[in-house]
Formats: sequence, structure tokens, C-alpha cells
Amino acid sequence: MVFLKRGKQMKTVITATGNNFESPFDRRFGRAAWFCVYDDQNQEVTFHENGFADAGNGAGTKAAEKMVELKIGKVISGDFGPKAKDLLDKFEIQMVILQEDDIAVGDIIKRMQK
Amino acid sequence: MERKLCKIAIASGKGGTGKTTLSVSLYQQLKDRFEGKIQLVDCDVEEPNDLLFFSSAKLISSRPVYQLIPEIDTGKCNFCRKCADYCEFNAIVVIPPAGFAEVNSSLCHSCGACLIACDQGAITEHPVSIGDISTYQSEAGDNLAEGKLKIGSAMQTMLIKELKKEDTAGLDMVIYDAPPGTSCPVVATVSDADYVVLVTEPTLFGLHDFKLMVELMRELKIPFGTVVNKAGLGDEEVYNYIRKEKIELLGKIPFNRDFASKYAKANLFSDIPGNILENLKKVADRIVDVICNEIEIPA
Repeated sequence: MVFLKRGKQMKTVITATGNNFESPFDRRFGRAAWFCVYDDQNQEVTFHENGFADAGNGAGTKAAEKMVELKIGKVISGDFGPKAKDLLDKFEIQMVILQEDDIAVGDIIKRMQK
Repeated sequence: MERKLCKIAIASGKGGTGKTTLSVSLYQQLKDRFEGKIQLVDCDVEEPNDLLFFSSAKLISSRPVYQLIPEIDTGKCNFCRKCADYCEFNAIVVIPPAGFAEVNSSLCHSCGACLIACDQGAITEHPVSIGDISTYQSEAGDNLAEGKLKIGSAMQTMLIKELKKEDTAGLDMVIYDAPPGTSCPVVATVSDADYVVLVTEPTLFGLHDFKLMVELMRELKIPFGTVVNKAGLGDEEVYNYIRKEKIELLGKIPFNRDFASKYAKANLFSDIPGNILENLKKVADRIVDVICNEIEIPA
């Protein structure tokens, strides 16, 4: 896992299967049900539903578009598809791959706060 | 007398059941007993391989096929996102605050909806190659056509439709070797066929996908019959289903390791085991005698 540079403030997205702290982490990016947004400036957490989770095509592209709209600086997910990766790269959004199962989004946030 | 072009498609649902084996073998059999000129058309554009069995075939013609990909001029775009909303394939990314608007060509299906959506005149279309269509002939009289999709392109259906537009002047029969599955590329392959030969195998997966194929044929109202490949393996379920659904069993190709190893060496034209050859001939006879002469076959 890559850690934030100290002092740099930004919003992080954690892909989630549900809309609360207990929700398990979703290892899929474009197909994640929810995006958990953690703002390390004010420790605020919000949940955004992924309207394209079940899209036939282009879920990753649309998810990446959403990251830019939400002004996200970093995304934590299990993996990123090539089209999503291209867009996230283009907008200099850091991708963090976390290959862990059975972890709740709240636990990931706690780790980030350490 | 001018004969109508007879179109036979070989399809299967499940991959690896024997579409190519049957297409190539049937082509060979039909060439021997059918008076007219026949072409084998490889519609499995993602991985065409019929040509491998015709080592002496030479390239006759080749042409690229293009799809029109829209391009957004961000100088004219007002970032209203209407084009992105219109796009059924999520191929357009518009990020207003970033002044960003782009079309992802690998997701675009060239439907043209975005051009209608845009009232700023910011979208124009540009041709992008999706693959090639080639024809081959051999001195032995083999006549082949194949579509080859570019890696990464999702335009199988468009390429198959283009492949079918190839000049058929002088041909009396075409055999379409379909891609596996039951989705759009398969529908594009079988949709205009006069008759479809469904290849299946006596296995659980074979039967499962065969049922999907039978449903598709009935939905499309295309006459069809079936050939059970690898007969002797698995169980009786596929035969029970064929009987129950009153589907015509055109023939059985017994499972034979030597035959499989000949296929792997791209040799399907010599020393074919007797019981396999017998069944291939039976299927070919049925196709010639009934399908191309009677035309009307109840589906």
C-alpha cells in the first residue's frame, strides 16, 4: 500500500459494497456498488452510489469520470481496468491497489488515519 | 437456370464442440457432391482458423473495414454532456470543469447518436480500421473468405455483416462458420441463413448451450438440424433432449482420439476414420438432397 505524503491534503475514494463503515471493501473499481469518499482535511466521510455499476459497457470509464468530478486525489480498489487506468492517469489520480478480502471500509479509513 | 444462393451456417453455442471441424469437413464433402460453386466463410472474426486447413490456398483479395469514430472538438464543445447521455455504450467522457470531452474508440459502436445529440456542431466522424476481409483460393478449387478483427476492437458484428456483403457472384452456396456463443456476432452470422447446423456434444455444458441455441433458432425462425460431435463421450441427456424437442439429428461424429490429433495437425482431408467419414457424408447428403432443393423445412 502506498501512503500519502505528509501534509498533502486530498480526498480519497474507497470502493465499497455498501454505504456505511461496516460495508465490505469492493475489490472492483468500475463495478463497485458504492464509492466511499474520505476527506483527510476534515475527516469527513460521504458515500456516493455508482450509477454505472451494472452498465453493459464502459463502467470503468464512467467511474473514472466520477472520480474527476468529485475531485478525488486517490482511489483505493482491488484493481483497475485499462480504460479506467488511462483516464485516472490522465487526471493524475493516484491508484492504490489493495488486495485484501474481508475488510470493511471503516477499517481502511482507520488505517489511513494512523 | 439461375440458382438462388444457398446459405448454410454451422453454429454451436458452446465453444470447442466442433464448428470448425464440421465446417471444414462439410465444405470438403459438399464440394465433392454439389454441382455448384461453394465458398467457406469464416465468421469467427475474433479467431478465424478455417484457413489453416487449406495450406495451399493463396490470397486473392484483402480489404480493410472501417468504423466511423466520432471526435469531439473541445473548442466548439459547450460541455453540456448531452452526447455522453445519449451514448448507450458509455464511450464518451465529458468532464465540464476540466474542459475534457473524449470518445473512447474501443467502446464506441458507431451508432451516430452523439452526432444527433450535439447541437454545437462539435462532433465529426473519422474512419478507424476494425479489421480486414480476405478471400483465398487454391488450385484444388477451394474458395474461402474470412474476416479478421483487430485485437481490442469490439466490432465483431459490424465486421461479420461486412464479410457477408462480399461479392457472391458465381457462387451457389456459402457455408458460414459461426463464432461460439449465442450473442450478437452469432445472430449476425445465422440471421440470413437458409439452414443452420447446430453442433453439440453429449456433455452437460454442451447440452446447456445447445438448449440456448435451439431457443435462438426458434426465436429467429430459422430451420435447423443438429450433429452430435464426440459421440460416445458423456451421457444420453443430449439425445433425450433432441428426441423430446423433435429436432432432426443429421448425424453423429464418434469421438476418436486419432481424429482429434489430425485436427490439431490441421489435416482433415485425408485418412479420415471410416465411421466419421460415413457420418460426414450422411450430413452432406442430407444438406444437398433436402435443404437446397426443398427449401421449406419446418423449424
